[in-house]
Amino acid sequence: MAQSPAITPEIIANHGLTPGEYDKIVTLLGRAPNLVELGIFSVMWSEHCSYKSSRMYLKDLPTTGKRVVQGPGENAGILDIGEEWCIAFKIESHNHPSFIEPFQGAATGVGGILRDIFTMGARPVALLNSLRFGKLDDPKYGARNRAILDGVVRGIAHYGNSFGCPTVGGEVYFADCYTPNPLVNAFALGILRKDHIFLGRASGVGNPVLYVGAKTGRDGIHGATMASAEFDDTALSKRPTVQVGDPFCEKLLLEACLEAMRTGCVVGIQDMGAAGLTSSSCEMGARAGTGIEFDTALVPQRETGMTPYEIMLSESQERMLLVADKGREREVQEIFARWELSAVVIGTVIEEGVLRVRHHGEVVAEIPNKYLTDEAPRYERPATPPAGWEPDLGLRLAQAQARLAEALPAAARELAPEQVASTLKGLLTSANLSSREWIYQQYDHMVRTNTLVFPGADAAVIRVKETRKGLAISLDGNGRYCQVDPYRGAELAVAESCRNLVATGATPIGLTNCLNFASPERPEVMWSLREVISGMGAAAREFETPVVSGNVSLYNETEGSGIYPTPVIGNVGLIDDTRYLLSPNLIRAQHAVVLLGATFEELGATHYLEFATGSLLGPVPQLDYGREKALYEVVHQAIRASLLSGAHDLGDGGLLVALAELTFSTHGRPALGARITLPREGKLAGLSTAGLLFGESPSRMLVTTTAANLAALLELAEQHHIPAQMLGTLEGERLHVTLDGTPVLDEPVAELESAWRSALGTAINM
Amino acid sequence: MKFGVIIFPGSNCDHDTYHVISKVIGQPVQFIWHRDTHLHNCDAVILPGGFSYGDYLRCGALASHSPVMQAVKTFAANGGFVLGICNGFQTLCEAHLLPGTLLRNNNLRFQCQFVNLRVENNQTPYTRDCAPNSILSFPIAHGEGNYFCTPDEYLKLEQNRQIVFRYVDAAGNASESANPNGSLGNIAGIINEQGNVLGLMPHPERACEEILGGNDGLQLFHSLQISIEEYLKALDK
Repeated sequence: MAQSPAITPEIIANHGLTPGEYDKIVTLLGRAPNLVELGIFSVMWSEHCSYKSSRMYLKDLPTTGKRVVQGPGENAGILDIGEEWCIAFKIESHNHPSFIEPFQGAATGVGGILRDIFTMGARPVALLNSLRFGKLDDPKYGARNRAILDGVVRGIAHYGNSFGCPTVGGEVYFADCYTPNPLVNAFALGILRKDHIFLGRASGVGNPVLYVGAKTGRDGIHGATMASAEFDDTALSKRPTVQVGDPFCEKLLLEACLEAMRTGCVVGIQDMGAAGLTSSSCEMGARAGTGIEFDTALVPQRETGMTPYEIMLSESQERMLLVADKGREREVQEIFARWELSAVVIGTVIEEGVLRVRHHGEVVAEIPNKYLTDEAPRYERPATPPAGWEPDLGLRLAQAQARLAEALPAAARELAPEQVASTLKGLLTSANLSSREWIYQQYDHMVRTNTLVFPGADAAVIRVKETRKGLAISLDGNGRYCQVDPYRGAELAVAESCRNLVATGATPIGLTNCLNFASPERPEVMWSLREVISGMGAAAREFETPVVSGNVSLYNETEGSGIYPTPVIGNVGLIDDTRYLLSPNLIRAQHAVVLLGATFEELGATHYLEFATGSLLGPVPQLDYGREKALYEVVHQAIRASLLSGAHDLGDGGLLVALAELTFSTHGRPALGARITLPREGKLAGLSTAGLLFGESPSRMLVTTTAANLAALLELAEQHHIPAQMLGTLEGERLHVTLDGTPVLDEPVAELESAWRSALGTAINM
Repeated sequence: MKFGVIIFPGSNCDHDTYHVISKVIGQPVQFIWHRDTHLHNCDAVILPGGFSYGDYLRCGALASHSPVMQAVKTFAANGGFVLGICNGFQTLCEAHLLPGTLLRNNNLRFQCQFVNLRVENNQTPYTRDCAPNSILSFPIAHGEGNYFCTPDEYLKLEQNRQIVFRYVDAAGNASESANPNGSLGNIAGIINEQGNVLGLMPHPERACEEILGGNDGLQLFHSLQISIEEYLKALDK
């Protein structure tokens, strides 16, 4: 075994390992590790790779179901969509790198998630992203927040556009807590044949292990460790830990990998993402119950003089570790050569379950795989609710209602017509509710010619060319709700994501998730993580949407300031026949607008409340699974009976915002006016003006239908005990709303739309 | 009749173009690898969109020196139909099969959206199926689509009716606000003097099916199909 410098407490601390963790390493090995081994342990035991703080809760998530082909634990989850086709999908964070270097951080986030998909044998067909930034008009940090947003968007565009996978949707929100901790979560989905799935397993003792793709450099060393720590004022000095992406190389890698997989000579394959060669080699061995032995001197390098330590810890992009069928390595190499990529045999699969690393023949590290994977530390960190948290739900709601009533008394909820108009315009042009067109026009959202519903709708929809099927995809997270009530906030996020899919005619079939949290070493953060996982699990069970993949990003905290608990749900829905797709451009003048679902006085934690009072108060809206599921049933049946021309989730911003969005133009359809009548009687009795127009009760949708189908629709809703109210018709060019017989809004739709479309670009370019 | 779609490393609209020709137009089509030195007896060759060679150096610059481009040049010189879409247009300019060049968009951002194009010349092999001055809706998706050429070249383009498509607003006016990238004279697509090599930044292959938001692109592919048929018939005689 190679000798190395003495391991001092300082070296241990620099590797992000605690003294206790170091002692555990010594106990497991029965000796002190050398520096290479210490480096290997440090990345594999990092929060990012080991999930050491979250693992004990994650196991409670539902991960099985009739469509689940591959649950968590592989590079991505896989669901069966029928007719021998499957989808692979996953979401992953790249928060820390994106703060340090927004362009490359976001770009390599996209690159990493794409590799996770095609390493399974799937061709990536859709990208989405969920982003959080500090406020663009922040007096102190506005310029920096705008620069981070700009860099992140350019980075995503750079990578996805060049790679040739469309970015079809996503979400972007702004709040102060994200100023020093922006979030960049990238989602990718690919399509593969059910009989052609590849796993990250080093099977078959004696099989050659090939290194394929780009050459290794010194970039990204210790990236996983960096992503597992808080930032302080030295954050920018960590820039060398951010990798540099090359989407062109990744495109070649994709084509070469898929081509090699088709030959049948690929036994197992895994991308070198976080912790690079280290994680891919020990995980592939661990999953197969084998080991991998290789020589770092054989690894293609683009810099000279790299040490085994650097080669093992480099996070250079666009690389894969591939196990080939013995004797067929030449075939693999020929394919990669055709795509002008390296493919070098660096080692073999061995029987012993160890990771054995040599350098010019000399063993420089030897660690049993299980010490790096199964035996990684697991922490049951203290988890306690924040001070003043009332455990009894009833009491808690009452307290929250009382605080809300104080901040927003009944009288303040009755708005004069001019206030209604100014509030609507304020919300439509607010950073959180304005159109994301400025962003998504920078993403190629049409390449591959599958995009049926463009960005900006409730969910993106792509077709599966080989079948009649369509896939709806939605990313949803609501940090505000989760800050107020993590359990119920997570339930609401899952429900909203399902509703977004149902609004296109899809049936939700499975989830992925990205859990973005502050430091798990603070008990209230750990508590919120536990609550969020628990709420997400409960909702996933209710909606029968198993969680098949995911990612946890902790330590989103800088100098003691942490983010809201921000789980992001990636939900995929299946449309059996795209002829039954509901797309926003089917809505026509003279169609009736119907509100489905019950509206309650729910202004807690809403956009309206923030707009009107600047505060984040009150109970989050109440989710009733029975009502939510009955709504889905009504919409599904109505679509099958061809009763609907359109549907729009009624969520962020409430009824009036959703009405305005419904009237705005889409590709192929001009803007429409609407005459809306809202009597506060019957189903809408007892609501305040603000509660009715801007409340965010879940389990509601705005749908449109022809006059001929209206009665049948209302009857269908009645059968399922879903309140349904005809609100008016689409006509003229103005959004005209009457409340209790009094006109409260009369605005030209074109002006509202123009303000809504241009607000974000204006805010960014100020 | 056979179409060929060239694959450069980094092409990413190759499959989309192939799909339209094989499944929507229903004609024989095959991929042509960038290292090939002949065109497999194809009657029309399409350079698809994408980021050939990562668009490193300049868009299309490296692709224009691929082995296959020598064959394309010979094919074009003999009157063969060559269509360059987006990155393919950039490559044709770099290969000097078309005049001018494509600069970065004037807002310095990648732009993906549907645009309106006015058919400036419906007497070309690629637009003969279009009504005079008709307005087509095609998507664009590029960061470097800002067409530029010298005043002399521009004059020549105008005199020879080589400007085939211009960006226009819904009413058909080539206004500044309808220009998505700052192109000289709102130019979206041009043809060579001989009338057999067309380059355009917008993506007709993305506008060939109603379910994708429109099928105006079919007019271009149908025109080309008719032109090839006529050409083959003439050869027979």
